[in-house]
Amino acid sequence: MQYLLLIYDQESQWGKLNEAEQGKMMHEYGELTKSIQQSGHYLASSQLHPVAKATTVRVRDGKKLVTDGPFAETKEQLGGFYLIEAKDLDDAVAIAARIPSARLGSIEIRPLVVRERVAA
Amino acid sequence: MNIEQIYREESGRILATLIRLLGDLDLAEDAVQEAFAAALAAWPKTGAPANPRAWLVSAGRNKAVDLLRRRALLESKRDELARLNALAEQVADVPEETMLKDDRLRLIFTCCHPALPREAQVPLTLRTLCGLSTEEIAHAFLVPVPTMAQRLVRAKQKIRDAGIPYRVPADEELPDRVETVLLVVYLVFNEGYNASAGDALVRRELCGEAIRLGRLVHGLMPGEPEAQALLALMLLHDSRRDARTTESGEIVLLEEQDRSRWHRDQIAEGLELVENALGRGARGPYALQAAIAALHAQAKSVQETDWHQIAALYELLWQVQPSPVVELNRAVAVAMANGLSEGLLLLDALQERGELRGYYLLPAARGDLLRRMERWEQSGEAYREALALVSNEAERKFLQRRLAEVQGKI
Repeated sequence: MQYLLLIYDQESQWGKLNEAEQGKMMHEYGELTKSIQQSGHYLASSQLHPVAKATTVRVRDGKKLVTDGPFAETKEQLGGFYLIEAKDLDDAVAIAARIPSARLGSIEIRPLVVRERVAA
Repeated sequence: MNIEQIYREESGRILATLIRLLGDLDLAEDAVQEAFAAALAAWPKTGAPANPRAWLVSAGRNKAVDLLRRRALLESKRDELARLNALAEQVADVPEETMLKDDRLRLIFTCCHPALPREAQVPLTLRTLCGLSTEEIAHAFLVPVPTMAQRLVRAKQKIRDAGIPYRVPADEELPDRVETVLLVVYLVFNEGYNASAGDALVRRELCGEAIRLGRLVHGLMPGEPEAQALLALMLLHDSRRDARTTESGEIVLLEEQDRSRWHRDQIAEGLELVENALGRGARGPYALQAAIAALHAQAKSVQETDWHQIAALYELLWQVQPSPVVELNRAVAVAMANGLSEGLLLLDALQERGELRGYYLLPAARGDLLRRMERWEQSGEAYREALALVSNEAERKFLQRRLAEVQGKI
């Protein structure tokens, strides 16, 4: 099964870490990515720019509305993701627990909807 | 054994095995129903088979193959056909007893998975492992049948779509996961034991179901002393069931209970289990509560109860489970062990902290200590406070009786 691991934490907390702590965290992320690439779980991942760089688009009555900022103001912000292939939820939980930000924020695990391909 | 009895005792095992074979809870449930329907049609003519369980598993498996075949034909789905072929290749031999055990263990961990909401874990466990119907569960938990049905459907959908596995968790996860399993069993028991409203008789059956589950869990995980302690705790509490209320449903307090009506066989079993669990190093909340229940069960009367040891056990319990309710119980035990005024001081401190505001047992306990101290007016005041908070009819009647009693002394 495929799972999207959404990494939520407080952007302000990252700023409070000193350079050495930030470096250590980035290193841990690198190690994790390498490890789940080797175990065959890894499909894709990325860090996201902070919500200050977010843009939200809506189309209402055919009219495009573009606004600054995220879809919703929340205490924790989406800061990155991993897309993984896992045997089952327990397998996905085990990987989510190894994401460094799980210690500061939280990881939301969302299974991907699988649609059977309709033969043409 | 008639088919109804077999359903009651075996449907959980058969379901667990079919889930393993089919990998699909919904399909397995349909297969179990169809297998029993087939048995109802066939057995009166042919007689019950020598091994009904094996017969039902294999009938269920065949019914599932039929169901999948029909679906595959209708929708010409390739993956259903692939599953069908895999199923057809399975050897239809009689599953070993150990395999059946493992199937049920797997199913317990699925039903009690932390990714399922608590309000679904409990009914799902009762539905799949105890074979209770949705109607029975809804009735026991005082929830409308459609609400309960929807909870079960949502839980099954989450198991399927989120990929919650049918698997005994890995060693490093096991302690956390066992804790959830035990909590679910304990919640089933409490739901029946403290039936706070509704048809008390129906709800008391939940105690029996919880004990059945407790036996199952203990049997499946003999290496877990806390599972053994939980079974002991439930047996010891449940042994008092006939003495706890009058025939008209009024509450009889521990000190006024006719102890000859306690079920001695259950006490003997509970005592042996708790001793064994403590001997194996169990010091968790169930073991400590079971040890307290054991001291009550062994005492001939309230006066002859070892309150010092009970107070000490509550102190230990408070260390592993620091809740104000545990503190309340400890205060009462201290009052019985060291003197009423010492217990009252603890209760007053608890009241001042306000954590139990709205919980009727705190003023009720204060009312009781003040009554014993013959401080009638203050006692009456506390009972009135408790009456304003209580919701259970039997408990309201009891408090009113006590209030009338102390008012008569003023």
